[in-house]
Amino acid sequence: MAEHNDTAPGGERVPTVIVDDLHIVYRVHGAGSGKGSAVGALSRLVTRKGGNPNVRKVHAVRGVSFTAYRGEAIGLIGSNGSGKSTMLRAIAGLLPAESGRVFTEGQPSLLGVNAALMNDLTGERNVILGGLAMGMSQDEVRERYEQIVEFSGINEKGDFISLPMRTYSSGMAARLRFSIAAAKSHDVLMIDEALATGDRSFQKRSEARIRELRKEAGTVFLVSHNNKSIRDTCDRVLWLEKGELRMDGPTAVVLKAYEEFTAK
Amino acid sequence: MTPRDGQGPRRAKRTKVSTVSETTHDGAVAVGPVPPAGGGLTPSQLAAKYGLSVSGARPGLAEYVRQLWSRRHFISAFARARVSAQYTQARLGQLWQVLTPLLNAAVYYFIFGLLLGTDRGVDNFIAFLVTGVFIFTFTQSSVLAGVRAVSGNLGLIRALHFPRASLPIAFTLVQLQQLLMSMFVLLAIVLMTGEVPGPSWLLVAPALVLQCVFNAGLALVMARLGSKMTDLAQLMPFILRTWMYASGVMYSISHFAAHAPAVVKIALDVNPAAVYIDLMRFALIESFTSEQLPPHVWALALGWAVVMGVGGFVYFWKAEERYGRG
Repeated sequence: MAEHNDTAPGGERVPTVIVDDLHIVYRVHGAGSGKGSAVGALSRLVTRKGGNPNVRKVHAVRGVSFTAYRGEAIGLIGSNGSGKSTMLRAIAGLLPAESGRVFTEGQPSLLGVNAALMNDLTGERNVILGGLAMGMSQDEVRERYEQIVEFSGINEKGDFISLPMRTYSSGMAARLRFSIAAAKSHDVLMIDEALATGDRSFQKRSEARIRELRKEAGTVFLVSHNNKSIRDTCDRVLWLEKGELRMDGPTAVVLKAYEEFTAK
Repeated sequence: MTPRDGQGPRRAKRTKVSTVSETTHDGAVAVGPVPPAGGGLTPSQLAAKYGLSVSGARPGLAEYVRQLWSRRHFISAFARARVSAQYTQARLGQLWQVLTPLLNAAVYYFIFGLLLGTDRGVDNFIAFLVTGVFIFTFTQSSVLAGVRAVSGNLGLIRALHFPRASLPIAFTLVQLQQLLMSMFVLLAIVLMTGEVPGPSWLLVAPALVLQCVFNAGLALVMARLGSKMTDLAQLMPFILRTWMYASGVMYSISHFAAHAPAVVKIALDVNPAAVYIDLMRFALIESFTSEQLPPHVWALALGWAVVMGVGGFVYFWKAEERYGRG
């Protein structure tokens, strides 16, 4: 990435993402444990005491701060449910912060496998709608449609693209979502476990595509549970645990500590 | 992720200062590529220095309109996709687009025309009733779709960037398409009951445009309310049914309210649903003359469309950055 304009004229590094004391809270409806009976709900309405026990708050990210610079590839590690995906959504501006702020250069894009598309529509419609929603023009979508479908490999075993998404296997759906999102180039790119889905040949193709996107993007975030792919692609690693930033440093140092932690 | 109920965030906020210093100074190893933050600048000063903007911040109203306009193809494609997906699980498929309004009209005719006899003072009751039912259904289904527009599409909202107002507007377009289907049925019924097409039929177009703008505004309001108040989806059918009975769908307001107090009469007359229904009846039914229209009816129709359309849009835009929270 040396040919990138990594530094400002004065020799300082240019920040692309600044996360300042970020807190994110999910409100989950319908998580009550029997307390949500009709009588209970009524008495709550009358007395107006306490919050609704049917709504549980989950504090997913607790006060994370860091600054990412242009040209960096940052790995995000941590056990399941440690807040990695949630934080990426907040950086992308898709999920509002409870407190704290995220500053970014341009519009960061989240490339995730969790991106839910419309299950009752055909794969074809989803490709078109996804492209249009990302801000492509009609012509661009038409132009790239073949490319997206071919990349996803959905049609390798017959004409599946004209079937509703609900009939796809989870692997197929994930491949299509990734292919749609990867069709566009991005300033700040965040990749959420995209490498983990799909079969071996699709993984190879998507790794190559991510390397391409990395060249075009200023800063790349990569979430992965595969320490090898983090080691291969990232020069800095953030370790999140229970929504808190546990460690932030060079890949080798953080991964060593993380491996010691997970071996326990 | 330890789920803590209720006070989690509040407690966290109180100890915010100490938590932060722990994570940045003790917890995080400050070696390697983490330089001292921009020479002692605070994060927001640093962001200002390099021209970074707050992620997910709500754009200004003009910018928002521009963004929405640039996604017009997304809106129409989304609406078309929704329409075609609507009845895919039913064997009769798209035939239901016509069958649903027909059956609706038949049920209302059976109950109100034959059993209850609310057709007093109405010459062509079948045309009168069917027009009322179809036009009210347009507003009603726009409201119901609006309530779920944000809360039912959280997956999409949390995955992709687009102006969120696209969703309620697209859902209103779906209902408009449904109404246009119904209009063919309606025109057929009206012709069968002996009406003759005349120049007044041209008034159908402006009446529909105004109602559509009104519905879109209402759907935007309901979408914002529905994204926060999850009980609304349960409550709306009752509110809508009350609204329908008050809108003269199956009886003539001018006939029934002839001896009502002035306040009640005015309230019934300015009701937007009644205004749009009456305009459509006036356009299509010969015996429905301008005497049966409330005073200033076109001004009312236009006023409601502008107030609801603009007001609903601004109201929805005010919470733009918060819809992802759910």
